[in-house]
Amino acid sequence: MALLEVSDLRTSFYTRGGVVRAVDGVSFTLDKGETLGIVGESGSGKSVTCYSLMKLIPEPPGRIESGTAIFDGQDLLRMSARDLRKVRGNRISMIFQDPMTSLNPYLRISTQLIEALRIHRDIDKKAALNKAIAALEEVGIPGASSRVHQYPHEFSGGMRQRVMIAMALITEPDLLIADEPTTALDVTVQAQILDIIKERQERLGTAVILVTHDLGVVAGTCDKVNVMYGGKLMESGTAEQVFYDPIHPYTRSLQKTIPSLQTKGADLYTIPGLPPDVSKPINGCAFYPRCPYPKVAQPEGERPQLVENGDGHCFADCRFCDSSAPIESVLPKHDAGDVDTAQDIREGEGAA
Amino acid sequence: MFRFVTVRLLQGLLVLLAIYAVTFFLVAATPGSPFSTERAIRPEILAQIEAFYGYDKPVGERFVTSVSNALRGEFGPSAVYANRSVTDIIAESFPVSLKLGSLALGLALALGIPVGIIAAVRQNSWLDYVPMSVSMAGICLPTFVMGPLLALIFGLIFELLPVAGWFGPEYVILPALTLGLYYAAYFARLTRGGMLEMLNQDWVRTARAKGVSESTIVWKHCLKGGLIPAITFLGPALAGIISGSFVVETIFQIPGLGQWFVKGALNRDDFLILGLTVLFAALIVVMNLLVDIVQVALNPRLKYE
Amino acid sequence: MSDHSETAVLADEPVPPPIEANEIAAEELEEGSSLWRDAWHRLKRNRLAVSSLFIFIFIALFCVVGPWLSPYDSQTQDLFLGAVGPSADHWFGTDTLGRDLMVRVMEGGRISLLVGLVATLVALLIGVMYGATAGYLGGKVDSAMMRFVDLLYALPFTIFVILLMVAFGRSLWLIFVAIGCIEWLTTARIVRSGVISLKKQEFVEAANSLGFSHMRIIVRHLIPNVLGPVIVVATLTVPAVMLLEAFLSFLGLGIQPPNASWGVLINEGQQNMEIFPWMLIFPAFFFALTLFCLNFLGDGLRDALDPKSAKD
Repeated sequence: MALLEVSDLRTSFYTRGGVVRAVDGVSFTLDKGETLGIVGESGSGKSVTCYSLMKLIPEPPGRIESGTAIFDGQDLLRMSARDLRKVRGNRISMIFQDPMTSLNPYLRISTQLIEALRIHRDIDKKAALNKAIAALEEVGIPGASSRVHQYPHEFSGGMRQRVMIAMALITEPDLLIADEPTTALDVTVQAQILDIIKERQERLGTAVILVTHDLGVVAGTCDKVNVMYGGKLMESGTAEQVFYDPIHPYTRSLQKTIPSLQTKGADLYTIPGLPPDVSKPINGCAFYPRCPYPKVAQPEGERPQLVENGDGHCFADCRFCDSSAPIESVLPKHDAGDVDTAQDIREGEGAA
Repeated sequence: MFRFVTVRLLQGLLVLLAIYAVTFFLVAATPGSPFSTERAIRPEILAQIEAFYGYDKPVGERFVTSVSNALRGEFGPSAVYANRSVTDIIAESFPVSLKLGSLALGLALALGIPVGIIAAVRQNSWLDYVPMSVSMAGICLPTFVMGPLLALIFGLIFELLPVAGWFGPEYVILPALTLGLYYAAYFARLTRGGMLEMLNQDWVRTARAKGVSESTIVWKHCLKGGLIPAITFLGPALAGIISGSFVVETIFQIPGLGQWFVKGALNRDDFLILGLTVLFAALIVVMNLLVDIVQVALNPRLKYE
Repeated sequence: MSDHSETAVLADEPVPPPIEANEIAAEELEEGSSLWRDAWHRLKRNRLAVSSLFIFIFIALFCVVGPWLSPYDSQTQDLFLGAVGPSADHWFGTDTLGRDLMVRVMEGGRISLLVGLVATLVALLIGVMYGATAGYLGGKVDSAMMRFVDLLYALPFTIFVILLMVAFGRSLWLIFVAIGCIEWLTTARIVRSGVISLKKQEFVEAANSLGFSHMRIIVRHLIPNVLGPVIVVATLTVPAVMLLEAFLSFLGLGIQPPNASWGVLINEGQQNMEIFPWMLIFPAFFFALTLFCLNFLGDGLRDALDPKSAKD
């Protein structure tokens, strides 16, 4: 049986500008010890998906409209606040994007590290502190026994993210949700952090959901990949399938943006246009306006559902573009030096 | 920390000296003298009086004498209230004001901070709107409206409390309320703002993701940082309570310090003005030092310099 | 009250850094004005601030235009009438000398608002120039100037205002200056910190390298760019000034009869509140309502001009 089974998750935000359908019918499963990557551009709904699972969406304005998230037999979305607190930090932990703001600057590292242990385990302070020191050592923080008493501002960004990892894993949860854990970090540290997550995961047998906008990171780390766009899944399958044999035009475009896969010296590719505005109704296909493939029909009606291509490889079946055209001929060349491009270079290298 | 306090106290002494000088020369530069009254005094008698108080000497010399006296705790006689030294006046009225002021400040904190916390935690509910509107109204009503109103309601209509005089513990309640409510309103607004800033931080989300309960998030994770704006306001609040006490003391007929601030200034009582200014500044200096110490204790990113 | 939604949606990605006041400077003129437009839009969405603005305008019009429309004169006494409660003839009642209270409240409002505005302008003028100079020159001059401000913070200013009033007589203009001299300290601090963060930016260096004078750089380049915070302080200084004026009136050092400010009327009212409560209620209501509006407007402006500080 799957550890986590999410089906038809829908989360919206009710803003003055309209209803933002941030997550619009997402389903996936995750087995014990497995790593799932969720990839997409900013605003694709990948982080909101994770926050919804933990019910960390601020309500209002946010609202989980429908769906179930069965975790070990229980629906996370319909749990009482009390029961949910027993799951959070205990069986499901989370790491956030920005380690500089995700640790409480007013409390010692030790206090923050042992907090989850003290809540979820029957353990005295002394033993908890020893576990905390061990946890810091395991994520490679030198001098852990003295540094554990320091405050977050005495740590660098990379070190803080290590602390976050140690904190999230101290209760040995079944599932770790990592929301862009390397985005805010220096390129030199990004790979280290990913290695630590991977190493800890293998040791503890934890399942991981890794949210990222970097397809390169996914390729090296994940078993399965979900590609999200405009609040919906565009493609899902094993990392190999999605990475080496993408079907959906969006995934193919994403693949093209990985700098290390592009010809040296050539201009870097970026996907033209902007992500869709999900506060407005989307007709047919969210990617249509940016799709590089020859357009064969006007987009209309419901957005395409995922169909399976045999062996578990799913993709949104788009009828509005001719995705059988050879990709090299349809992808336009782009100027390098774009802000986005520069960022991609950084992240691509960090992951490599 | 000992070093920090010593250094700050020495600095404070310098500040006091500077304030003494500023006040002295401001007062000296103001036209008129403490002895110019409506009654016609024969010039030679006026000269005698002025000589008695040392006003016949040049300003510079007077300043030096004055400072050296002040350093010995002698602020000279009251130039207007015969036979009373400034030190006497302060010794007599300061304890009264201290009692009233500390009660008012305590009340302001005890009322304002919890209200601010609740308003922040229950943001955009009636527990937020009602206290915040009431506190804004409190900030907008002058003390001399609030005081008589409280006296009218609690003293004259319900006859619960005495409305004038200074004889026992029950006499301090209405004045302390009058003085404290205004600052309670201020503290409530500052605490609400500080707590909201904390509650919207990313690390609150981290704590939630760890399974921390909402009440622990408020008390353990947010209170320290959320109190900082209110703590910072303690210095100005104390200054305000001291000078604001004049109104309250007048309304409730209390023999405190506030009245002397005004009487001293109204009568050009130079020595009294100097003595009171130094006392006021000393209180502010000490309060600011305390505030700094508390801030370092609350915020680990600050260090004793 | 507004922007939760947007931040929540953006939780997905690095939230774009909020526009700080000092970034306004770096923008071109057109973009600068669009930032003001953004602030205006944000303000308009704040219902409390907008209604405060309208009520304030209404009160100001009531006070400025009202006396010309009223059949009564604020000075004319009717000792036979004395103090009577609100009636069809005298909507707000009359005071102990039989003067129409409505006209007196209107004219008191004129004076109180005038004191509030002029004294605030004086305070801003001193504070902006002082703070900008200290911040721009920096170094030892800056720290000496700011030590002086710290020093002044520890002075009991009521004493000095009273002293001034006693020494120089009780004129309206002296009240402006005296209050202005007290209230500039906070403005100076805010402007200084704004200027310090601005002066490191390229456009100031550019102006420097073009050989503009310090004065020109301060006045033309730095001050306009700290205008946002200054407007907020100004909005919050007006009520503080009006309270101080009321305090002076309480001491009998404010506006002298037969003229009256709200402070004077409130003081008269609280002395008669048990017998003639309307004498307190009407001036106190207008006074408190004005302060209420200005404070809410100030809060709203702060949230609008500095989105980062928007707490709700």
